[in-house]
Amino acid sequence: MARKTIREAINEALRQEMARDPDVIIIGEDVSGGAGGSGEEDAYGGVMGVTKGLIGEFGRERVIDTPISESAIMGAAAGAATTGLRPVAELMFVDFVGVCFDQIMNQAAKFRYMFGGKARTPMVLRTMIGAGFRAAAQHSQSLYHLFTAVPGLKCVLPSNAYDAKGLMIQAIRDDDPVIFFEHKALYDIADEVPDEAYTIPFGEANFTREGDDVTIVAFSRMVHIANEVADKLRREGVSVEVLDPRTSSPLDTDSILESVEKTGRLVIVDESAARCGLAGDIAGMVAQEGFDFLRGPIRQVTVPHTPVPFAPTLEDAYIPSPAKVEAAVRQLLDTKPRRMSA
Amino acid sequence: MTFSESQLLDAYRRMRTIRDFEERIHTENTTGDIPGFVHLYAGQEAIATGVCLHLSEKDYIGSTHRGHGHCIAKLCDVKGMMKEIFGKQGGLCAGKGGSMHIADLSQGMLGANAIVGGNPPLAVGAALTAKTKQTRHCAVSFTGDGGSNQGTTFEAMNMAVVLQLPVLFVIENNGYGEGTGADYAVGSKDIAGRAAGFGMPAVRVDGTDFFAVAEAAGEAIERARNGGGPSAIEAVAMRFYGHYEGDPQTYRSAEELKRIREDSDCLRIFRTRVTAEGTLSEAQLDAIDAEVAELIDEAVAEARAADYPPVSELTTDVYVSY
Amino acid sequence: MSLHAVKVPKWGLSMEEGAVVEWHVAEGDDIAVGDELLEVETSKIANAVESPVAGRVVRIVAQPGETLAVGGLLAVIAAAGGSPSAAEIDDFVEAFHANFVPGGDEEEGATAGPQTLDVDGVRISYLAAGSGEAIPLVLVHGFGGDANNWLFNLAELAIARPVFALDLPGHGASTKTVGEGSVASLAATLLGFLDALAIPRAHLAGHSMGGAVVLEATRRAPERVASLALVASAGLGGLVNGEYLRGFIAGQSRRDMKPVLAQLFCDPSLVSRDLIEDILKYKRLDGVTASLETLSAGIFPGGRQTAALRGVLDDPARPALVIWGREDRIVSSDDAHGLPGHVRVEVLDDVGHMPHMEAAGQVNRLLQEHLG
Repeated sequence: MARKTIREAINEALRQEMARDPDVIIIGEDVSGGAGGSGEEDAYGGVMGVTKGLIGEFGRERVIDTPISESAIMGAAAGAATTGLRPVAELMFVDFVGVCFDQIMNQAAKFRYMFGGKARTPMVLRTMIGAGFRAAAQHSQSLYHLFTAVPGLKCVLPSNAYDAKGLMIQAIRDDDPVIFFEHKALYDIADEVPDEAYTIPFGEANFTREGDDVTIVAFSRMVHIANEVADKLRREGVSVEVLDPRTSSPLDTDSILESVEKTGRLVIVDESAARCGLAGDIAGMVAQEGFDFLRGPIRQVTVPHTPVPFAPTLEDAYIPSPAKVEAAVRQLLDTKPRRMSA
Repeated sequence: MTFSESQLLDAYRRMRTIRDFEERIHTENTTGDIPGFVHLYAGQEAIATGVCLHLSEKDYIGSTHRGHGHCIAKLCDVKGMMKEIFGKQGGLCAGKGGSMHIADLSQGMLGANAIVGGNPPLAVGAALTAKTKQTRHCAVSFTGDGGSNQGTTFEAMNMAVVLQLPVLFVIENNGYGEGTGADYAVGSKDIAGRAAGFGMPAVRVDGTDFFAVAEAAGEAIERARNGGGPSAIEAVAMRFYGHYEGDPQTYRSAEELKRIREDSDCLRIFRTRVTAEGTLSEAQLDAIDAEVAELIDEAVAEARAADYPPVSELTTDVYVSY
Repeated sequence: MSLHAVKVPKWGLSMEEGAVVEWHVAEGDDIAVGDELLEVETSKIANAVESPVAGRVVRIVAQPGETLAVGGLLAVIAAAGGSPSAAEIDDFVEAFHANFVPGGDEEEGATAGPQTLDVDGVRISYLAAGSGEAIPLVLVHGFGGDANNWLFNLAELAIARPVFALDLPGHGASTKTVGEGSVASLAATLLGFLDALAIPRAHLAGHSMGGAVVLEATRRAPERVASLALVASAGLGGLVNGEYLRGFIAGQSRRDMKPVLAQLFCDPSLVSRDLIEDILKYKRLDGVTASLETLSAGIFPGGRQTAALRGVLDDPARPALVIWGREDRIVSSDDAHGLPGHVRVEVLDDVGHMPHMEAAGQVNRLLQEHLG
């Protein structure tokens, strides 16, 4: 056991699974970098360095640099997966899904159902999400809600290094297509990660803070914001529970309802979208399944219904902030208990 | 390239099965008992057959919305196909796919594909598996002239060349992408030439000539198995029916339709040649005709008699586990 | 005049802070060593803090609900006979706070991080605490446990002697292979562990399946075992809760595990989410499920115990202590009946299968008496 960053944890997961199973390959743009150049091989190891070093260990046959052709990458991964490999494909930024969604949504996601349960498509699609890098509208989105809406896909959103490794190994061993969303701002976050291989089952939420007064449900980077707010309010005697579902599909609705039953108050912090995003989805679920638990309205702290802006002042205002989350919690605590008519 | 008697009989059986299957569906469809869209392959039988004759069940093909012919040429179970088209239990996809999604992975059939240009990247993936596992198997992507204009096809072709994958791109130029002529929509009017531009051997053949297709495909597939990378074949053959069943085909003349049937019937061309050369006899071919007719009759009868899937299957098999 | 600080203890490596649940004493109360002063709760477990000295509680610093860092000041005790002035106590508290650095210097007897060594090609992870010339104590956990099960005991017992707590094969951070999965193979590993640490003779203490392991090790190498302490031990009776074992092995999620783990304790509220999460973190490791299945099949097939080791306790020359919780639902305390007269048997009320966690203070005192 040692402290590892999310970057290191994912790299270790890939390395261990590639060593364990010769069918695991990595395919994508610059996953090694340097192919056909006059410089060094493994020049990038992925634009964020997540796949660094793997080509040295496993060679070009299994760490495959591709042309910039996202449809071909996604389709090749899906086709390889149905015919016997376990590809880990990289879609560098999730924003690029616009040029290749067909291969994910209409092909990989549908094979099993459309072919009457006879196909397996054990592919992993690694992709980056998240605002905060001044990368503007086409490199900053957190489009996990789009994939969550597609039956046949599983969607994984690790918020810490322990989860990142265990969820990645589970994703590789899983027989369904799994979208693995890595937040740009979290790669250097470190925590204790076992050296051994392990798997975390999908659909099992993690409670990062326990509390009795308010439940905050948050994904990916937003978990850290929720934790920060919980820690601050705890010093004032407000006890906040923070629930990280880890996966948006499948979604651990039981744990969300269990927590809301205890606290009676729900705040959802979500970087995906203001409309038709995960916050709205979870709010709808709780309103339907847990209405009687609620002591006040469900609060959603989301990005606004705008593209991600460029100017620092605008982008900072775009991202759900601790201040906004704290305000939502306080507002909810100030709400008078709902009166039920007789 | 020479073909044995048994190979030729096999080829004829596949082509005849496709033709009878499609003509029967054309008739059955008028009863209203076939749900949804069907797109018939009649007229192009020599292409699927000429290619698939070189493949085993360990080789993969990707197909199109007009996929019945590819399925039959790849030896998918005809009765399972018919049930699938009727949306019945026992269909190759358990009634969940239908005409546009018939797949049989155990036969190396990666699926008919209702997205034009959907399958070339998938075939590249199947070829990647073959290369990675060093199986000497290969993959074939069947696409039309319409699909040849899709970016996915270009991406797949380029990637196949870059990674030197054992894949054959077969572009079936049947003259029309839906209701728009290929002469209009293919800017260069030279699909094979465009494929060659990606850096792979590419030829244009007469898709009504089984021998021309089989020869070109045999060469390309052999090259793929031997590590020589991808190839492309543009095979030209007009479809007998419309884009979809019910298509009034006002985009082409009655005279053109009549001429296709008279001059471009690949089955008649095949029969004429093999009997003239004396490699097969009329009697042998007639026997196959009879057997196929019986098979199709049975397939339709069984499909009609089968039950629809129960509603309990609505939510099964979305995932392997969830 | 001497004043003594009662501080938030460090229970296990990961504990960083503790919350005061309730005080069992008030300012002005006279107390003896070992009296329970208050209840402190961590995210994993709640436990009593006992008085390290005899004297009088002169100041309660931390109130219920307050959370303090490990080492933080809970109360001030004046040594017996002393009667400090309020100003003296104020000065003491002020000086304490002025010097206190959360997460700063390690407590006496506190454990360092886990270490590893190789026993016959198997990586064994272990915790070590204490030092000196006294005969070392080796603690052996039970089925599905690990060295951290002794988190309330290790530092306390290490005041007088070196203490080692190992992770058995298939457990904790040790290699996840268990060979044939028998008590004999685990005992061989334990003896190999002593060899690797060059310990010629040790006090052995084992919990549950670990009890059977220390009994078997004693049977094989009696000269190396100075004394035996058995906590809710296997090896003394015929039965074990097979339902629990099946549930423990099969459990994948927090919801699966909670009712299973609740059977371990008399007070099921001790099973916090963090405690469950720690066990899940272990169970998720590659090889664990297979190891547990092998051990369960080899040692507890169908809820029966394969190791019958009561005879090991017949030697009156070797001191032996048997501790049990009366409410044990995994291995019945009835198994403590009928042992030879020289064996000290202590059955604790309102305690389940985990006396060393649930009644850590009592168990620590019994072990200290036993070890001399």
